[in-house]
Amino acid sequence: MEQGIFVFLGIVTVTSAWFVAASQNLVRAVFMFFVTLFSIAGLYVFALADFVAITQIVIYVGGVLVLMLFTFMLSSKETLEKLEERKHKYFSLKQLPALLVAIAFLLVLVNAIFKLHPDHLQWITQSQNNTFQPQDNTVTNIGINLMTSYLLPFEAISILLMMALIGAAHLARKEQGND
Amino acid sequence: MLIAASLFCTGLYMVLTKSNAIQVLIGIEFMINAAIINLVAFGKYDKHNNGGQVFALFAIVLAAAASAVALAIILNVYRRFKTIDPAKINELKN
Repeated sequence: MEQGIFVFLGIVTVTSAWFVAASQNLVRAVFMFFVTLFSIAGLYVFALADFVAITQIVIYVGGVLVLMLFTFMLSSKETLEKLEERKHKYFSLKQLPALLVAIAFLLVLVNAIFKLHPDHLQWITQSQNNTFQPQDNTVTNIGINLMTSYLLPFEAISILLMMALIGAAHLARKEQGND
Repeated sequence: MLIAASLFCTGLYMVLTKSNAIQVLIGIEFMINAAIINLVAFGKYDKHNNGGQVFALFAIVLAAAASAVALAIILNVYRRFKTIDPAKINELKN
């Protein structure tokens, strides 16, 4: 049952990602990106990381996707019209080298994963009593660790986030008339 | 991990082929997400330190900040060039 749901979520993730890549219509691509992000959050739940799943939904679906839709609506009116003309050409010839690079890299990664045998790695077989069980309460532990042993990266990332927000607001403001 | 690998390669393909900056950005987000999937999947075996999950959170925040800045840059580029095709933007300062 759980294995079936996991496989289903994985298939949904990969096929919707392919659809995003193959779709010429940007609005459909963004909404399929939505589906991909939700199924990735489902995969996080299967890795017993519910807090990360909630964060994924809140940040990506709530923040990034709305931002992308905003930028799309503000910027690409004529891009949409241009895309409507050549909608039936899914894989043109100029995309062939990129497709070859992507497939070759996929083969390399799959080969590496099968040679690795992730279930028989030493540090995983040794961590039997360090593995999450489904009845554990993970959020408490994450909160305590975030405020004790990961405090320095936490502060660094908060400063970086503030810098990014100020920079984005500075970039997106109206241009003054002096240039 | 196979899902993460195929997601990463889809992102790579998108980054290389697309003629729209927003689609390139979605491709980059796919690649970041593939990395985060691996972090979370192996973070399952780290119960006491939560290394994988905490750094997955950091990576999500980083991706969100990066996409916010990139979208602001895209808006600016559109205002100046009236296009968001990266192949057509050929000057840095006019």
